[in-house]
Amino acid sequence: MLGRTLNYRQITKLVKEGSKILDLGCGDGYLFKKLVDEKKVTGVGIEIDENAVIKTMERGLSVIQADLDKGLSQFGNKTFDYTILNRTLQSTDKPDYVLEEMLRVGKKAIVSFPNFGYWKVRFYLLFKGKMPKSRALPYEWYNTPNIHLNTVEDFFDYCKKNEINIIDCIYLAKKKARKKVIKPFANFFSEEAIFVISK
Amino acid sequence: MENSVGKVKTEYLKLDKTITLESGKTLNKVQIAYETYGKLNENKDNAILICHALTGDAHAAGYHSEDDRKQGWWDTMIGPNKAFDTNKYFVICSNVLGGCMGTTGPNSINPDTNLPFGHNFPVVTVEDMVKVEKELIDYLGVKKVITVGGSMGGMQAIEWSISYPEYVKSVIIIAAAARLSAQGIAFNAVGRNAILTDPDFNNGDYYGGKHPENGLSIARMIGHITYLSEQAMHNKFGRNFKEDKPNFDFGVDFQVESYLDYQGRVFVDRFDANSYLYVTKAVDYYDPIEKYGSLENAFDKTNANFLVISFTTDWLFSTEQAKEIVNALIQKNKKVSFIELDSPCGHDAFLIEWEKQTTIIKSFLSEVN
Repeated sequence: MLGRTLNYRQITKLVKEGSKILDLGCGDGYLFKKLVDEKKVTGVGIEIDENAVIKTMERGLSVIQADLDKGLSQFGNKTFDYTILNRTLQSTDKPDYVLEEMLRVGKKAIVSFPNFGYWKVRFYLLFKGKMPKSRALPYEWYNTPNIHLNTVEDFFDYCKKNEINIIDCIYLAKKKARKKVIKPFANFFSEEAIFVISK
Repeated sequence: MENSVGKVKTEYLKLDKTITLESGKTLNKVQIAYETYGKLNENKDNAILICHALTGDAHAAGYHSEDDRKQGWWDTMIGPNKAFDTNKYFVICSNVLGGCMGTTGPNSINPDTNLPFGHNFPVVTVEDMVKVEKELIDYLGVKKVITVGGSMGGMQAIEWSISYPEYVKSVIIIAAAARLSAQGIAFNAVGRNAILTDPDFNNGDYYGGKHPENGLSIARMIGHITYLSEQAMHNKFGRNFKEDKPNFDFGVDFQVESYLDYQGRVFVDRFDANSYLYVTKAVDYYDPIEKYGSLENAFDKTNANFLVISFTTDWLFSTEQAKEIVNALIQKNKKVSFIELDSPCGHDAFLIEWEKQTTIIKSFLSEVN
């Protein structure tokens, strides 16, 4: 996948100082800690893996061990300024349910995912006739955790169909982040996309 | 000994005031057995109160004499540079009200009659235990406290945040629940019945004669079944015989029988049957959900940071019950972290899995203090 740095920098930029956040699938808590340090956020992380939970705790952050696919019923409506799902949507069992829950408990949701419409991915399938592998998608078809891959175009369609507002979108490719790109180009040239959405 | 608090002594505090219990009954001249490790700082806000489980005592760390180097029950967790670092914190552990390890309980002398209380000892609750602990905290001059406990100790740690929200900075709840399940109450009831029906029980007034040792040891055996997971029992004993082959009688035949038999026998030497009745009853009664309408209401006033730890194979205090606490705190916008640790050890895990707990608790404490 693209380095963590660019993705983290972009997400950090999107979050308003002093916000209350819910970091879904917070991993070892690296992004969450960056947001605490640079944007003085408060909030909590959710992570399923025991070792990752311990690592997040070691950073001095609040974290709850839980399975995203089981929903966020413990949280009330619009409890957080931002719910963040970074590079995790594609590996959830029920992405639509996770997104619904994110939009319910958060005023805004920040979602990032590897773009399956990226030209290198398309060409890989077209010319090699095999499941695409790339920096963003390094796994084999039989062991990939990425079970719900989508494209930038797919995500726009999903938002339209579900009456979700797209507040911001950032496209990442070749160590650069671009904002104002027309959709077909974005879908063709970006390796990863970050969306800010609300409902 | 490396990282040990060293030689320690159990102290005793005798209260002058009368303690009014939840039941409305009163107790005079209550004695509290306690130990402390580390030093209280100038601000008097570096205290950690360790609340023990069902049959524990005040001796949580260190050893009592050079000859007897048996360490306190949570020595793995309390000491210099350990999870509860005595270089930084003033750690307190006291025996619960109704217990039999130095704090006033049914085997204490009733100051009004100069005889042991026996069945005249009033029923006590977790709230009453905490009330007495508060007296100790005040006596020691502590202004802010972190309350910690596993199992029944976890219930006390919770109750502190409900009864004395202004005193409690943080709460660490391990292998515990806000209330015992019906299944848990059922096991306690069978244990109590074993004591109550022992011919030596004599309605609780047995102190002059033979104690109801059979009943108490059966109660302990039942307890031990609930502290282990199926996996832990299988790993420890399997279906193995004590002497490699069956004896074809009704004696202690299997290794698991031998284990329970041993646990029952050693227990009667150190624990009082009446205390077992009172303390298990206190656990059964504890229910802040019933008392306050909901757990959210119960936690209304607390501003403490919470850490909740459960274990995968603990079925006496399950992860689901731990999550009930976590979810209520989240609903009330309280600060809480939660982790379910993978362990085959069942409920006993909180006493065994000290390494993972140390990492987690150290991180939690460094954040909140």
